[in-house]
Amino acid sequence: MAAVTQQPAPGSAGPVNLREPAGWRRTKNGLMTGLMWLAFLIVLVPLVLVLYTVVSKGAAAINWQFLSSPTIPPNIMPLGSGGMGPAVVGTLEITGFAALIAIPVGVLGAVYLNEYGGNGILAKVIAFMSDVMTGVPSIVMGLFIYTIWTLQFGYSGMGGSFALACLMLPVVIRSSYEMLRLVPNSLREGSYALGASKARVILTVVLPSAVGGIVSGALLAVARAAGETAPLLFTILTVEQTNSNLFSGANTALSTQIFANATSPYVGAEQRAWGAALTLIAITFILMIVARIVTARFTRYSH
Amino acid sequence: MAKLEVPETVKDKAAAEPGNPVFDVRDVSTYYGNFKAVKNVSLTIHENEVTAFIGPSGCGKTTVLRTLNRMNDLIPGARVEGDITYRGQSLYAKQVSPTAVRRRIGMVFQKANPFPKSIYDNVAYGPRINGIRKKSDLDGIVERSLKQAALWDEVKNRLNKSALGMSGGQQQRLCIARTLAVEPDVVLMDEPCSALDPIATGRIEDLMQEIKSQYTIVIVTHNMQQATRVSDRTAFYSVERNEESDTRTGVLVEYDQTAKIFENPSNPLTGDYVTGRMG
Repeated sequence: MAAVTQQPAPGSAGPVNLREPAGWRRTKNGLMTGLMWLAFLIVLVPLVLVLYTVVSKGAAAINWQFLSSPTIPPNIMPLGSGGMGPAVVGTLEITGFAALIAIPVGVLGAVYLNEYGGNGILAKVIAFMSDVMTGVPSIVMGLFIYTIWTLQFGYSGMGGSFALACLMLPVVIRSSYEMLRLVPNSLREGSYALGASKARVILTVVLPSAVGGIVSGALLAVARAAGETAPLLFTILTVEQTNSNLFSGANTALSTQIFANATSPYVGAEQRAWGAALTLIAITFILMIVARIVTARFTRYSH
Repeated sequence: MAKLEVPETVKDKAAAEPGNPVFDVRDVSTYYGNFKAVKNVSLTIHENEVTAFIGPSGCGKTTVLRTLNRMNDLIPGARVEGDITYRGQSLYAKQVSPTAVRRRIGMVFQKANPFPKSIYDNVAYGPRINGIRKKSDLDGIVERSLKQAALWDEVKNRLNKSALGMSGGQQQRLCIARTLAVEPDVVLMDEPCSALDPIATGRIEDLMQEIKSQYTIVIVTHNMQQATRVSDRTAFYSVERNEESDTRTGVLVEYDQTAKIFENPSNPLTGDYVTGRMG
């Protein structure tokens, strides 16, 4: 009885203590919160540093002439002559075509895995292979396309697109698959109960519900691919003049231009490399924003 | 123990002649893989009546309900034995398309599941998949369905807003409107009020009374008062435990007019359940 009388009875006068008692739990909470903030700051450091370095060193190079002029071969030349025109066009063409191959195939593959494959052996094999493909180094993918495509048909932007598409495909499959898995089954059942066929359920309910995540995943893949250098070195070679024909003749891209300029000892080349790097980042950034706006229109009813 | 009060209307209905049979269920057993979920269910569901399925959890009420519009086909490993006839046609015959079945036999689920679309697009979804494209036709269907579901006045000024911004009760009525929009013959309801407060529940019960002149309704419910309030006939299911394999199988114990089930059941198990002595 004594233990009971120490506490004020409920409803009796006197404030009730609802505060977290001081002690190890409180300390632990503070400690963990601090650690999370620290981790966040550590993650931020490289991001901010990369952006700062690229902008501060590359901004000087950026002007219309730089973005549009043909490349001038000897990179001895100081900044102000020649530019990245062919590389900008090449990057847009090659990455765009790669996305055109990898995104539809990847999304359809994910639809197969999640909606049709079930626990079948084919689905398991595809999922496993796709995961293995994620781990293939990009240079190996470049060599692969070099041997099966470039050696037969010569250098072309399309070869580069194939190599990039191979890199993007497993990323698109995996991210889309995870998004489709998150679509609640109750939505599928709701649609089936109205007499929708399976294809209709997928097209009108499942994919629209997952579109936000699918677009994010696809974009991540595109952004990664746009910066890939190794697979392009073997497949597109390099050119000085803009080659707007994706399907024949050597081409060039920002990433390979960065590589070529950055590995040469001249000041002008170094500045061009920074300028190209900034251009590449800007292109990716613009792409992200456009895709976000598009996705927001699709998902305006989802919350 | 006191008997539940049965409203006068139900007693009157119970005396009325039964409508045409809509479903004729004969010796139906449903399996999920090797697991026998329900066995040997036989009952007849009549036109323009509300039929309630009651019973403790795990007794197979929902399973039987889902066999009536072939929703169980969607569950891998589910299989039905026995014979279900819908308006004279065998529901599980080879040439029968589950899609065509579900267009005539709609379903409202336990948890409201509006699509992440606008209120309008939710209701117009069914008509659209049935090929209705004209805006004026769709507008008419949306208005009629929302009025039938007693939701029109609350949402008529925000048809283009997301359905997910509605309250739980409104969402469930939207799902009912969505089901009615395809003008089904039968509406199956799987505990439609289990997540709703008494006011929202009352609205949906009123709604069922209003629409049953045009539809045949089968409702699964855990709420026995609800069964007495809304249904003309009640099927009581129970669980049979198999000692050898330690599995539980649902069985249909008694099926009769609601007044009979609640006032004068023939099976003592039913009496125990409806008076609260068991379950």
